[in-house]
Amino acid sequence: MFYYKRLNSDLSFIQKIKEIDYVLLICIILLSLISLMVMYSTDGGDILFHTKNHFMKLTVLFPLMMVIAFFNIKHWHTFAYLLYFLIILLLVWVSFFGLKASGSQRWMNLYFFVLQPSELMKIAIILTLAKYYHRVKIENVNSLGSITLVLAIILLPVILVISQPDLGTSVLIALSGLIILWIAGIKIKYFVYSFIFGIISLPFIISFLKPYQKLRILTFLDPDRDPLGAGYQIIQSKIAIGSGGFNGKGFLKGTQSYLDFLPEKHTDFIFTLFSEEFGFIGSVGLLILYTIIIIRIIRIGALSRSNFSKLFCFGFAFSIFIYIVVNLSMVLGLLPIVGSPLPIISYGGSSLLTTMIGFGIVFSAKINHRQLIAG
Amino acid sequence: MIKENLGIRKSDVFNRRMFIIGMVKVVILAGIVSRLFSLQINENKKYLTLSDKNRIREWKLPPTRGNIVDYFGNIIAGNLKVYQLHIIPEQVENFNYLLVRLKTLLDLSDKKIQKITELKNKLKPWDSIIVSENLTWSQFLKVNNYLYDLVGVKPVMTISRNYPFNDVYTHVLGYVSQPNQEEIIENKTVQERFVPGMKIGKLGLEKKFENHLIGTNSIQRYEVNAYGKRINQLEFQKGSQGNKIRLTLDTEVQKLSAKLLLNKAGSISVMDIYTGDIIAMYSSPSYDPNLFLFGISQDEWELIRNNPLKPLIHKTISGLYSPGSTIKPIVALSALENKIINPNFKVKCTGKTELYGQTFHCWKEKGHGFVSLKNAMKQSCDTYFYEIARLLGVDRLNITAKKFGLGEKVLGQYFDNEKQGLFPNTSWKKNNLGRGWVLGETLITGIGQGYTQTTPLQLCLMTAQIANGGYKIKPKILVNNKPLSLEQAKNSMKFDSLHSSNLKLFDDPKNIKIVQEAMFSSTNEIYGTSYKSRIDDPKYQFAGKTGTSQVKRISKRERELDLKLEQIPYKDRDHALYVAYGPYINPRYALSIIVEHGGSGSKTAAPMAKELFKLIIDRDDLRKKQSNFEDINI
Repeated sequence: MFYYKRLNSDLSFIQKIKEIDYVLLICIILLSLISLMVMYSTDGGDILFHTKNHFMKLTVLFPLMMVIAFFNIKHWHTFAYLLYFLIILLLVWVSFFGLKASGSQRWMNLYFFVLQPSELMKIAIILTLAKYYHRVKIENVNSLGSITLVLAIILLPVILVISQPDLGTSVLIALSGLIILWIAGIKIKYFVYSFIFGIISLPFIISFLKPYQKLRILTFLDPDRDPLGAGYQIIQSKIAIGSGGFNGKGFLKGTQSYLDFLPEKHTDFIFTLFSEEFGFIGSVGLLILYTIIIIRIIRIGALSRSNFSKLFCFGFAFSIFIYIVVNLSMVLGLLPIVGSPLPIISYGGSSLLTTMIGFGIVFSAKINHRQLIAG
Repeated sequence: MIKENLGIRKSDVFNRRMFIIGMVKVVILAGIVSRLFSLQINENKKYLTLSDKNRIREWKLPPTRGNIVDYFGNIIAGNLKVYQLHIIPEQVENFNYLLVRLKTLLDLSDKKIQKITELKNKLKPWDSIIVSENLTWSQFLKVNNYLYDLVGVKPVMTISRNYPFNDVYTHVLGYVSQPNQEEIIENKTVQERFVPGMKIGKLGLEKKFENHLIGTNSIQRYEVNAYGKRINQLEFQKGSQGNKIRLTLDTEVQKLSAKLLLNKAGSISVMDIYTGDIIAMYSSPSYDPNLFLFGISQDEWELIRNNPLKPLIHKTISGLYSPGSTIKPIVALSALENKIINPNFKVKCTGKTELYGQTFHCWKEKGHGFVSLKNAMKQSCDTYFYEIARLLGVDRLNITAKKFGLGEKVLGQYFDNEKQGLFPNTSWKKNNLGRGWVLGETLITGIGQGYTQTTPLQLCLMTAQIANGGYKIKPKILVNNKPLSLEQAKNSMKFDSLHSSNLKLFDDPKNIKIVQEAMFSSTNEIYGTSYKSRIDDPKYQFAGKTGTSQVKRISKRERELDLKLEQIPYKDRDHALYVAYGPYINPRYALSIIVEHGGSGSKTAAPMAKELFKLIIDRDDLRKKQSNFEDINI
């Protein structure tokens, strides 16, 4: 109690403002601007639906991020489990009453906003596991009970999301969870064993995949087997990126996107458009921007005194990294196509909401990095 | 304190683990950057090409065919601007209303309307539907008047083949029409340049010189979107018109031929006896090739196909006829050359000859009495030729006939449907009919009946080669030399024959002269079979030989009845033939005329020659002066 009181002495508003990580903030603002620019390009060089909508979402969610930043991180610690169960409930609700679109049922219509609860789970899983490992004793981390419990925590939402079906998001949730396990110190041999087990059971898993998912994997292995059908997206995506060259075709001059050769150019394939118009230089620039963001988040994690903040920041940084890697690998033809947005830049409210909440918590962790959380 | 220690230990684990992850991240990021590098920098060219392939689409337009002109440069197969009506479905507000309006405006059939609706459902909304390929001027005006009411309709001007002289040249030129699948596959050039709406030669020279006439496509390059919609035009590359072809034919002579053979079945051919230039080749009846350009209607096609006069047959080169008495100059020449007879050789004609119990009749029942070669030719005495044919034998006759081009294709390379005809000999009969030659057959071969089958053009060539003094010439319909004066033409022919011994067709020039004189007397001396058709003016004076070829054996009863032409059923009437050359002094042109079932050569065919020679010789000067010679390589 003593530490708690002393270390939790509230900072004044001015002090809080001083504690903000401005490098991170500037990077986020830059990304938001790039995002708007690309959106403007997908609309064919006009301020149309996507640009307007994305702008509105940013103007709502950016202040939300700042509000969360000034909100003490200990409250996230307090409500982490509750949040987890709430989102589990939403996922269950969605699986019964959710909106259907293109063969999957994963959205809730809130009338002003269409929410995808599985996106929120990406954050909730990190919070929950961060809280769990904040509390658990280091000796118990590798106990059978503990491991069973955390695996259950991860598997429950993953199964719900897979059944929507939404392979991409469920993989991201699983990875976000597993990385916390890794950071928390679960023995490396367990990871190695389960990796080997995963490889062995791969054929078994494949037999459980839906036909369209199998098709995606086949298409990934050989996009030219059906260039106008299943392989179309990836072929066109590679053409767009490849034709961008070193300097790119120039802003608003990406013929692949302008002439509608790129499918889903607003969402999962937004990087292709960016890369076509801004080339290798632009793409590497964007990656550097993301890298700075990730490094800043890791730095905040390293600064943080509380294990909760630390675990959250590490976990979130890694999640952002995974989102980017999965998205880029997909559009570059290095991974099969799984639905996964590019953080902040892709059009899509839930993904943006999740990312902004995450950043908010990271800012809060920075502001309160000296604080310890009891647990 | 314990708690804090544990906390420190814990965070050490976290940091260490995070560091390992960090390393992995760097490796993965490096992987992604290198992939970007390989796509955007190493393979940039490849993907740039692919992207252009995606976005740029070429539209080929139908090429413009080259003109075909007559000897004087008049276009006989040209190109005409035509007005078409297109509908662009995506611009149409109310499709059904539009169709109703167009139906009343243009008098479209229900079938056509149905077709348009089908097309509309099949094509992309921005692809135009051709409503009418060839609007008349009044229809075009009407449509333009109501254009405000016809949203989505576009009048378009394009170019289409046109044959200004309608049916005058049909058998020579053929016609163009939309190709079918096999025709596209067959011809590489057509395959390359094919676009919907393009027409190719289906027959005649249009087909033969397809690759020469076809022209190259104009190309429009458009930027298109992923659905194939044209966004904007990037480039227009104008194609070039196909090459020109100039023919040796003379439209005026061709037109006169058409006039003379109006409502008759037959053929007229006219040839330059030195250069082999074909001045006219007309096959009657003909049909209008313009009918085929936009698809001939079933009714019109049936009309052409079922015409008993058989307009679809190119009679000049594919019609096979017994030459009748027109063969007699060759028989006479052969007999002279083989020294069977001399010009004074006489035969007594009693109107019939008996041979092995068979009777061979002369056309003149009472007989000609004693006739010499000249008189026999003049009056076309059959008995005389029975006798010299008997003395000569068919094999020797065959050699002379072959030399003069009978039984061989005349043009060969130009027309696929040219027939080679037949001139029999004993071994031919043995090989093909399996029976030995009978002497009686020699007799009827001597008067151009029996197995002999000739095309009108062969007879024309035969006459020309007699007229030019007995030199082989190569008939042609494409101009390949400058106009030659009579002397030049004669010299050039003789020059050629010096270099190639087989071009000289005679042993003794006197023999040719004798035959020529005999032909002259046939036309210009009293009792000559074509005496009535003679022209006394030496400028136009010509020499010829009539022929009347039987299409069936004349029975004894018919011979006794001596029916008038009108009393005989059309199918049984004799073919009328005439071959001639002129002017008699310094000849230049030879012709052959065949009128199917036209009765006798002297009554039906020879008078046509009179009109033809007047025109041909009048135009001789023009022809010689024709100076717009262009080198055309084919």
